[in-house]
Amino acid sequence: MSLRLSLGRPAAIRRRFDLSSVLAISFLAVVVLASLLAPWVAPYSPIEQDYTQMLAPPSAAHLLGTDDLGRDVFSRLIHGGKASLFGALLAVLVGTLIGVPVGLIAGFRGGWIDDVIGRLLDTLLSFPAIVLAVAITGALGIGLTNGMIAVGVVFSPVLARLARAQAMVVKQELYVDAARSFGATNTRILWRHVLPNAVQPLIVQVTLMLAVALLAEASLSFLGLGVQPPWPSWGAMLTRAYHYMEAAPEQMFAPGLAILLTALAFNALGETVRVLLDPTN
Amino acid sequence: MSGNARFLWRRLSQFLPVILLATIVVFGLVQLIPGDPAVTLAGEFATKERIEEVRRLYGLDRPLMVQYGAWLWDALRGDLSQSLLSSKPVADLIIDRFPATLIVVVGAVLLSLAVGIPLGMAAATRARSRFDAAVMAFSSFGVALPSFWLAMVLVYWVALSWQLLPATGSVPFSSAPGDAIAHAILPAIALAAAGIAEVSRQVRSALIEVLASDYIRTLRAKGLRRWRILWQHGLKNIGVTLLTVVGLLINRLLGATVVIEAVFAIPGIGSLLVHAAINKDFAVVQGVVLVMVLIVICLNLIVDFLYAAIDPRVARG
Repeated sequence: MSLRLSLGRPAAIRRRFDLSSVLAISFLAVVVLASLLAPWVAPYSPIEQDYTQMLAPPSAAHLLGTDDLGRDVFSRLIHGGKASLFGALLAVLVGTLIGVPVGLIAGFRGGWIDDVIGRLLDTLLSFPAIVLAVAITGALGIGLTNGMIAVGVVFSPVLARLARAQAMVVKQELYVDAARSFGATNTRILWRHVLPNAVQPLIVQVTLMLAVALLAEASLSFLGLGVQPPWPSWGAMLTRAYHYMEAAPEQMFAPGLAILLTALAFNALGETVRVLLDPTN
Repeated sequence: MSGNARFLWRRLSQFLPVILLATIVVFGLVQLIPGDPAVTLAGEFATKERIEEVRRLYGLDRPLMVQYGAWLWDALRGDLSQSLLSSKPVADLIIDRFPATLIVVVGAVLLSLAVGIPLGMAAATRARSRFDAAVMAFSSFGVALPSFWLAMVLVYWVALSWQLLPATGSVPFSSAPGDAIAHAILPAIALAAAGIAEVSRQVRSALIEVLASDYIRTLRAKGLRRWRILWQHGLKNIGVTLLTVVGLLINRLLGATVVIEAVFAIPGIGSLLVHAAINKDFAVVQGVVLVMVLIVICLNLIVDFLYAAIDPRVARG
């Protein structure tokens, strides 16, 4: 059975794409494009310092002003988006790669395997996410990649629970029995039948998780556990802005708004995907 | 055994394995350190003697199972080893700093409930109205808002520009209660934004379901007043949802306070954790993570017990 997305008739699709979906998708498209094309789009290098232009207010030369080392804030925002988006994607990818197979196996096999995995998931979910991520990052070594792998590990039980619940429903279906009666192996049944039929709520959850991951990246970088200087990320930019808040308060608005709007857009995208994939809607 | 007793027994029997697994995860954190943990912990320019000293201090030369057993046994007796940086017992550090975290988290939870519940109820009774749409939009913002950024904005305006509240720091509740609360207000608001969003959203959707049920229609038909239906019957029937939300909320706020403490320079266990993680003071990291996870696990157990107490359907199901 192949993955089939119940998209419905074109008119229905158009109705479901309301204004917030359009705005969210357009905004994300701009952010992703700007991040990918950062070296060409950004007017300055994100790490080039200009000591004659420290904490300068917004001007024609520097749209968002300059930071405490005279670096162009607009350019750092564009390059920082790359780090923030990469971090969010990495965390969600790691969470999916760990969580989904574990959850599918637990739900599909049942019995003691499910019990053991269930307790393990309960345990991991009891750790406040950022706390565990800070501890794991500290152990693995400080840096964006390690930090976001840690966040991904912390996310995995959420996806595992969802995958488990889905697998438990799907394994009761007649087509799974049919596949088994044809002699299909467990691996084949899981990969070819259970996963494709369990995937829709997982896609929605993964999309919504991008927003949480983005906030986690910002938090870790803000704490100094993510992107390391001189390279920017939105969270790390806020750390510097905070130090110079009294001298240049406007520095903290652009990165904060970038995080807020991107997280909002990911959530709106998740909502759109949920409505699109929901056959009862 | 009655349904309730069986339910409680089942929950208790799941509680112990989860605690045990949590201790294994916390202990295992040190094993994630690449290479020889003793070399990493001793720092960059450590002498051979210093490395050996660190190895002996944390018993890193013993087999893993022995290390875990000794660590767990010490932890059970309240000994969480000692800090590599300050040489103080980790348990003392945590006890010293815990009140500063507690006052902020408790304040944030109270604020989330005090604002979130009425907001969610008001939205539910006017479902699909403009007001409802505004509450939902506010809720979407609250969930996507980075709490530490809100904290910075609050510090800038409320504390620095308008000078209404202290910007940073923390005062012990025991020495000056009023001052302690004044210092906790901004951090609690910063934390509570996401909490209010979550609580109002959950209360709204649970209450809409309850209000559509037959027994509420019966109550209405027999002429019971609207506010009594809402506050007495409505609230009682979303009790389980509320408890679940509070459980999750405390877990999330304990995490978020780590970042908020950095903004407000609060000497709590969150800032202790971050400082320790950056400086590879791993006994402290393990201690703080252990305390936090135990708080969450115990709260979850209490929440489960309360489920059974307020809603007999939970125990039977």
